[in-house]
Amino acid sequence: MQVTLRIFRFNPETDKKGHYEKYKLDAEPTDRVLDLLEYVKGYHDGTLSFRRSCAHGVCGSDAMRINGVNRLACKVLVQDLKKKKITVEPILGMKVIKDLIVDMEPFFDHYRSVMPYLVNDEPPPKKERLQSAEEHARFEDTTKCILCACCTTSCPSFWSGEKYVGPAAIVAGHRFIFDSRDHAAAERLKILNDAFGVFRCHTIFNCTEACPREIEVTRAIGEVKKAIATGKVD
Amino acid sequence: MTQYHQFDVVIVGAGGAGLTAALHASKTASTAVLSKLYPTRSHTGTAQGGVGAALGNIEEDHPDWHTFDTVKGSDYLGDQDAIEFMCQEAVEAVYELEHMGLPFSRTPDGRIAQRPFGGHTNNITGKPVPRACYSADRTGHMILQTLYQQCIKHNVTFFDEFQVLDLLTVGGISAGVVAVEMLTGELHVFHAKSVIFATGGHGRIWEVTSNAYTFTGDGITVAMRRGIPAEDMEFFQFHPTGIYRMGILITEGVRGEGGVLLNNEGERFMNRYAPTVKDLASRDVVSRAMYLEIREGRGINGKRYHYLDATPETINKYAAEDGRTNPDGSPYVVTAEEILAKLPDIVDFARTYLGVDPVSEPMPVQPTAHYAMGGIPTSIYGEVYLDEKGTIMPGLYAAGETACVSVHGANRLGTNSLLDIIVFGKYSGIKAAEYASGADFQKLREDPEGFTRQQLEAIQNASGGENVTDIANEMKSVMFDHVGVFRTDEGMQEALDKVRELKERIKKVKAADVGKTFNTDLLNIWELGSLIELAEVTTVSALARQESRGAHAREDFPERDDENWLKHTFAWYTDGQVELKYKPVTITKYEPKKRVY
Repeated sequence: MQVTLRIFRFNPETDKKGHYEKYKLDAEPTDRVLDLLEYVKGYHDGTLSFRRSCAHGVCGSDAMRINGVNRLACKVLVQDLKKKKITVEPILGMKVIKDLIVDMEPFFDHYRSVMPYLVNDEPPPKKERLQSAEEHARFEDTTKCILCACCTTSCPSFWSGEKYVGPAAIVAGHRFIFDSRDHAAAERLKILNDAFGVFRCHTIFNCTEACPREIEVTRAIGEVKKAIATGKVD
Repeated sequence: MTQYHQFDVVIVGAGGAGLTAALHASKTASTAVLSKLYPTRSHTGTAQGGVGAALGNIEEDHPDWHTFDTVKGSDYLGDQDAIEFMCQEAVEAVYELEHMGLPFSRTPDGRIAQRPFGGHTNNITGKPVPRACYSADRTGHMILQTLYQQCIKHNVTFFDEFQVLDLLTVGGISAGVVAVEMLTGELHVFHAKSVIFATGGHGRIWEVTSNAYTFTGDGITVAMRRGIPAEDMEFFQFHPTGIYRMGILITEGVRGEGGVLLNNEGERFMNRYAPTVKDLASRDVVSRAMYLEIREGRGINGKRYHYLDATPETINKYAAEDGRTNPDGSPYVVTAEEILAKLPDIVDFARTYLGVDPVSEPMPVQPTAHYAMGGIPTSIYGEVYLDEKGTIMPGLYAAGETACVSVHGANRLGTNSLLDIIVFGKYSGIKAAEYASGADFQKLREDPEGFTRQQLEAIQNASGGENVTDIANEMKSVMFDHVGVFRTDEGMQEALDKVRELKERIKKVKAADVGKTFNTDLLNIWELGSLIELAEVTTVSALARQESRGAHAREDFPERDDENWLKHTFAWYTDGQVELKYKPVTITKYEPKKRVY
């Protein structure tokens, strides 16, 4: 079938602002949008720039706005899209560096700000620390995060000011706050209770819709809010 | 303007091996990690089924059994001292990951969960043993995330999206690397006492592959261009279960949980090829069986694929036939919910890319290029060997898929790659820091980035109108057809001719992008040049080896030949020519035997 790709283009070395370019190409219904971008880069315009690596939804490199919603380009097939005119743009709320590549540094800064690592200063046992299947299930959902930024950059609160720590960082906090082996929940809850923390979330659910890993992001944020409100992690 | 940095230890690559090395090296030495990707994008994150260690949490198991299974899996080409070291270290290495916070799936009593995997057996009964320590079907993701989290905790210095294009050496001693900063296009010289390559594999050489776009073998090529050999490059693993045509990996854990491969007649054909462990034979054995079935016309609808069936009905039927039991002796029975809980990502991949729901329908699969057993030759401490005699290059280390210790020999067992990166990542990090503490910085030559600039300018100034994608496709196709699961002299010669033609044609590819900012066009062309060189080294190494062993299966030499070929290949790339030498395999306890599963 024929599809038209409408791609946001911006070259910082020559352009004052971005524009859109159209490319008509033949596609299989089972082609990934990433396959189409590779084809455009290979045969239409080698200057088209985007990040990609694993090409099957695990590494988190290729988050983009595809027909107005945040998706991984490698996880959307042509047949999944209703329209044969496919608009591809960089994710919102981040500085565009070139074409579909945005500056991810502020995103990772937010991630790093929530102490996204296990804190437990007790000497570990000779073998593994025990954790029941139920205790593991308590935070398993948020361990799936691949830091693609689909959630954070779909959030209106984040768009309105990138100081908001954003859903992905809260998900990272949640992953440790509810891990029975961790001892720093109180510190993380304090960080997330900041003016730019969890209470900037207005339960719009864009993040949950956007997550390519099907993490229940809004629910995780709700659990962190509740833990702050009650002072209890359970 | 070229920028200059100085660190005791520079690590190239931020996957499992690089990050583990960083955690250990940075304890005592100033350390920088350079990665062409954000660390969490690394290919370690795509590993699914588990990391091998004889914890014995489900059934009796011993590091010695793991050692023997790995030796046998390697088709006796793995060095037995190194394999024993890895399998003994495995248990502690997995506990260390758990202590770092890795969210392993758990047994009912709260210990690390384990599942069976191909080639891992109870050495007394010969039956599969649950040795793969797992976190659902995203164990690699959890390892990568956990290691990166620990690096944040310990303030490791990262240079993200810096691609290394050259290794600096002075008088045969490692002196640093040159990298291009992708954001600005500027070159950076990293002056270092120790350099560790942890750049992953090169599976993008083949058409159907499970490997990431970025798996282009940069580390091996950069090292080879500086006179360092590559070991056992003819041994490249084809994983039996990639999604048909796309190559996306479907973990062996599916078969560990009881899934089976079926041919067009609905027959579980692995019964005939590996009567004891059946679908859980080594990957080379299963991939060959699939090719033979296809040749006999028993691919699905006569095509080049089979079904991997993980529906509860099928799993339970064959589990009953095999007499498989739970640890308490009750019959092994699974439900759709359990499959969903244990293999959530596989279910997601099948639904997304195949439109198939694996709990109710089988998945079409075919062998997919997966893993480089060969690479930069190293000791068990990651020290790089300059030759087949064991001469060590001071200050240079390699770990993970880019290295060849050799623990995987002619065929890697599933779960041993994640084990490899954490064990050898650790020891290369420790050793690199130790070396740096007693060494001086080498005095760099003038214009250390000259060679890098030259390489990039050659691409920018090329003419001749060749297209990079065409060249990539031609390489991938000929390599998949002729230097794949089965090989012949004639086919490989054809591949070699083609690859050599492409080596000339790529010089006529000009980068369309003339800018500096994120010039991925320029870097993709450089990467393809790297892949073509490695394709040539692979093919020359494979042509020379006139036997069948592990993943190297020759139709014109179908038997293993220990008398002549129980030895490692060392390949050098000098002036565009591949030169080969050989090194004996280290045998300690296990004399080579016929390999039957």
